[in-house]
Amino acid sequence: MNMIATLPRWGDLIHQNRVHGSLYRDPAIFAQELEQIWYRTWVYVGHESEIPNPHDYVAKSIGLQPILMTRDANGAIHLLLNRCTHRGNQVCAREKGNTPTFTCPFHSWNFGSDGRLVGYAFPDGYEGLDKTTLGLGRVPRVESYRGFVFGSFAEQGPSLAQHLGGAAETLDRLVMTSPEGQVEITAGFLKHRTKANWKFVLENETDGYHPAFVHSSIFSVADSAIGSLYGAKSTAVTRDYGNGHTEVDLRPEFRKRGQPLSWFGTTAEKLPDYVAKMNAAYGDAKAREIMIDGTPHVMIFPNLFVAEIQMFVIEPVSVDETVQHVTALQFKGAPDLNRRMLQQTMGSVGPAGFLLADDSEMYERTQRGIQADKADWVFLGRGEHRERRDADGFIIGLATDEVPSRGIWSHYKALMEGK
Amino acid sequence: MAASSQSELLHEIAQFLYRAARYEDEHRYEDWESLWTDDGIYWVPANGENIDPEKQMSIIYDNRSRIGLRVRQLLTGKRHTQEPQSRLRRLISNIELLGDDGNGLRVGANAIVFETNQRGDTLWCARLEYVLRRVDGALRIAYKKVALVNGEKAIPTLSFLI
Repeated sequence: MNMIATLPRWGDLIHQNRVHGSLYRDPAIFAQELEQIWYRTWVYVGHESEIPNPHDYVAKSIGLQPILMTRDANGAIHLLLNRCTHRGNQVCAREKGNTPTFTCPFHSWNFGSDGRLVGYAFPDGYEGLDKTTLGLGRVPRVESYRGFVFGSFAEQGPSLAQHLGGAAETLDRLVMTSPEGQVEITAGFLKHRTKANWKFVLENETDGYHPAFVHSSIFSVADSAIGSLYGAKSTAVTRDYGNGHTEVDLRPEFRKRGQPLSWFGTTAEKLPDYVAKMNAAYGDAKAREIMIDGTPHVMIFPNLFVAEIQMFVIEPVSVDETVQHVTALQFKGAPDLNRRMLQQTMGSVGPAGFLLADDSEMYERTQRGIQADKADWVFLGRGEHRERRDADGFIIGLATDEVPSRGIWSHYKALMEGK
Repeated sequence: MAASSQSELLHEIAQFLYRAARYEDEHRYEDWESLWTDDGIYWVPANGENIDPEKQMSIIYDNRSRIGLRVRQLLTGKRHTQEPQSRLRRLISNIELLGDDGNGLRVGANAIVFETNQRGDTLWCARLEYVLRRVDGALRIAYKKVALVNGEKAIPTLSFLI
């Protein structure tokens, strides 16, 4: 591992169509990423539906910071550091629950679900102390979009809407798959540890080049139509929304099929209750359009990946270790759809998943591969000659082109340069 | 049941579980699949041993047809995470006959599995719960639950048959 004494000039490591292997391997660069990306930009933390009631909480993270996502008595959401302001003990050792106060077991300091310091044991020892200065540390900016809660450690900066930019529309599309317009995250997460840098995971999520090869085993034995979406003849497009957000837009393929729910590998006849509710909610024509187009395949930089039927959250652990948290998307008012969504997701993802176990194998082999630093570039030039702009001005390419990786690295470079 | 026939049954169960363990360790996928009943359920829960697998995510929750799919994927030779295959050896212990609920014999056991592959060495520990049923005179697995001791934590890829 090559530690570097001074930070690199990012332009030396990140070119238009190639990036240097040290970006995946150097612990000093990982430390810098924490400051320039994870503790600055908007990072996805959790979903409002994970804490539906007052005083609900769930343990999450931003970069290496342990975060409690809480809902206070008035319904407001807080992102609090899980660290007592007295001596630094964890105030909460559970993954989730409901409590109006977090009592630190060390010296019995207690904090409200809004993070304020409520009290401590033997208060006569703290005469005149201003409790308002000793509330739990907090993520200064918290915003949500369509129920997805993001936090930014930067006191000031672009709003969440500015950060999401054009990619916000993918979340608009996502929630419309619910007849009530809401996603629910209620099925619990699988936590899949991989010995690889987080950016290998990030880039792979919208890499349309690999499925035909990495997933050929399951495509060859399962009755799956996924394979053709990522073939050389696919009409799907890769898209760079800017700000690091990228998509494989599969709608052209689904529209070609023209069959509602084909995106989900099923038919309207098999989910009559769902289809009736969608028709009632949106009108027959719009419902049909939604059910043909399906849900997005979008990677919201740096850590939220919506993959049609499931959601992944990328947690960086160290330069060569990452945890992927994954759960089935559940759509409010669609129990029959949700049951199938959970079943399909469990088959596909996580440590034993038909798809993700092989993706994870590639991440780990790539991490080992890039230790060979005598030939130290990763080439990302696929489809560079055929990039074009869509009607909204976003760069797009063919399904298997490396438009997403180039988009991610361009934004990464800007962030690392402090822009 | 008389004591001797009870111990004979326990012996038969132990021998059956050891054989299944050997098929798992040695990647004898088709032999392993033949040990299942037609309605077999293969379950590896996540986030606690007593979740509702119809509502919560599990690491594996295979009905019989998905067990078959899992085996067929491994047999393609292109299941990259098992090419090259993990080297495995496991111990099955603390075998107890917990009852007969009409559906089959309820059996409990503990397992320690040692896995080595390119990623490194991994020790997997689990509580096993089975329902074993006689089909044409031979024991078969109608239900196998593998509750990992560390199933609430982030775990690496688990692509061999556990």
